[in-house]
Amino acid sequence: MPEVDVRLERVTKRFGEVVAVDDLSLDIAEGEFFSLLGPSGCGKTTTLRMIGGFEDPTMGTVYLGGRDVTDLPPYRRDVNTVFQSYALFPHLNVFENVAFGLRRRKVPKDEIATRVREAMRLVDLEGFEERRPAQMSGGQQQRVALARALVNRPKVLLLDEPLGALDLKLRKQMQLELKRIQQEVGITFIYVTHDQEEAMTMSNRIAVMRHGRIEQLGEPEAVYENPATEFVAGFLGASNLLEGEVKETNGSGLATVLLTAGPSVRLPVDRLPAGATGRVKVGVRPEKVSIAPEGEAGPADRNTVTGRVTMSTYIGVSHQFKVQTAGGAELTVYVQNLGAERSPAQGESVVLTWKPEHTFAVEPQEDLTSEEDEG
Amino acid sequence: MSAVATAAPPPVERVRRRRWTSFILPVFTGAMIFYLASPVFLMVLYGFNDLAGERQVARFTCCTLVWWRQMFELPDLNRALRTSLTVAFPSAIAATALGTFIGLVLGRYRFSGRAVLNFVIFLAIAIPEIVLGSALLSMYVQVNEMRPFGATVPLGYTSILLSHISFSIAFVAITVRARVQGLDRTLENAAQDLFATPAVAFWRVTLPLILPGVVAGFLLAFVLSLDDFVITNFVNGQTDTFPTWVFGTSKIGVPPQVNVWGTVLFLAGVLTAGVSLAQAYRRRTGRAA
Ligand SMILES: Nc1ncnc2c1ncn2[C@@H]1O[C@H](COP(=O)(O)OP(=O)(O)O)[C@@H](O)[C@H]1O
Ligand SMILES: [Mg+2]
Repeated sequence: MPEVDVRLERVTKRFGEVVAVDDLSLDIAEGEFFSLLGPSGCGKTTTLRMIGGFEDPTMGTVYLGGRDVTDLPPYRRDVNTVFQSYALFPHLNVFENVAFGLRRRKVPKDEIATRVREAMRLVDLEGFEERRPAQMSGGQQQRVALARALVNRPKVLLLDEPLGALDLKLRKQMQLELKRIQQEVGITFIYVTHDQEEAMTMSNRIAVMRHGRIEQLGEPEAVYENPATEFVAGFLGASNLLEGEVKETNGSGLATVLLTAGPSVRLPVDRLPAGATGRVKVGVRPEKVSIAPEGEAGPADRNTVTGRVTMSTYIGVSHQFKVQTAGGAELTVYVQNLGAERSPAQGESVVLTWKPEHTFAVEPQEDLTSEEDEG
Repeated sequence: MSAVATAAPPPVERVRRRRWTSFILPVFTGAMIFYLASPVFLMVLYGFNDLAGERQVARFTCCTLVWWRQMFELPDLNRALRTSLTVAFPSAIAATALGTFIGLVLGRYRFSGRAVLNFVIFLAIAIPEIVLGSALLSMYVQVNEMRPFGATVPLGYTSILLSHISFSIAFVAITVRARVQGLDRTLENAAQDLFATPAVAFWRVTLPLILPGVVAGFLLAFVLSLDDFVITNFVNGQTDTFPTWVFGTSKIGVPPQVNVWGTVLFLAGVLTAGVSLAQAYRRRTGRAA
């Protein structure tokens, strides 16, 4: 069991009336790549700033490496931050930017030179030492910000949407690079993002936040395959959610849910929200659903829904279908483009099937705004 | 592909036509420069006026260097210049220190008296000098009469210095405030994140970044002090600065040395402006490279 490196204990932060972080507790293990994921305004940055020491919690305690640091200012905490805006010092060249923390800690001159060089090599920026930040591209500035933090060999590195300002291609590349660097240096990374794909690509664990609270915490796969709430289901990737009512939970480990839109579906009992008996929303990820022309009945052990194709979109690697069921619900289906099968056309009647194990259920959440719904 | 390209006719060359309206701006600019700069040219020119007497006359006779050679030959003028400089330096320094502090506070913090302070700064700039001058004079007279805590403000060097500091502070404060408002606060967060105490963060990050504003404020305060006539004329007692002395002599005729000194001050101004422009240019091109 690795050491707990960062612990938040019942931390709350209020700005006047606004509750930015609401009674949040969290343990992050040493060497972990941990992501805080959630929509804008859910309290990610505030949480990170409390770990860094830039905000004082209204309530609760922050521990770093087992020590209570709640009352320590940022300059006395063994963490470093990569800011979203990079916050490079414009009046200093790259070398002095990277050396800033070492100079404050009175590290000997020749050691500074060695460690800066090392850090520059780590982020692949050798030879840029004399440049001013303004003379570099966004991606390069991002690397300087990373080097400036890593060169201090902190216990924990905090990253606040560090790739937010980069274009998509550079972003994908930096995601892999960040992951590589994290594995190379072995430092705990706490990574803030609103991009679910980014969080899933890089993290060991993800905390999905909403309204200053953690809705679900777990490994990317667990959070994706078995979302705990309707919000999480909607925020992480596309999902089909169908209203229904729990009918029976039989001995074989499968529960039956009668959908409002028609047939009943089965799912593992342990996928039901704890204590759920009445109304639930049943979900399945679009890529888990098979689509076939009507009449081609699938195996009996699969969940089956019939409907009509309302939209068929070709997006290269896959086909995307929207299917309207007889009961009026709409499902999205992704079919990998293997080039083998004839794909159903718009208006065609189809059968959708998927495995019970790929089904999950969540309690309906009344207060979801449409903005939060889109991951 | 290439076969098609070579077969195509060459692109048509376009002749750029100049409409008469495109001459408006250059002509207007030239006229403005002439209008604004001609008094300065005249001043420079009359520093070389080869006249018979010791007082400036309207007739220009070319040319002599005698006034340049004799620029230090008028003891009263020397004294006035020395007073001007010994006021301008300390008053600019004091105003820069106090104004920078106010500018930092105004640009940085939200506090309850902020709107009031902003308004006072605005007033200090907007208030007519003639009003400020007479108000300052009556205040000094009052102080000298009532002697609070035994303090007096002798009319002369002390009263001039205090007045100059007080009207310069506001100008420094707004120059620094503008700079502070343009400052990214996360830079200070970043400095503290990298183990700098607030004092070190100020010294290593904040101050260097607002320095152009501080320097501009200092130069402004210095020039305002050198140049001030209206307020100084109220509070100066028997002491003359360069402007009050020149004004005094203008009744009987200005000695040509005044034009010489005017030229010197003008060149100093041009030099300062040139240096700061060059620096700004270096910064900009440094960024673009
Ligand atoms: N300094 C502040 N003053 C007032 N409200 C703030 C401040 N910082 C954050 N908030 C509020 O707290 C909430 C959470 O903000 P933040 O942590 O920045 O969210 P996120 O990083 O997830 O987008 C938001 O409603 C925001 O408006
Ligand atoms: Mg944020």
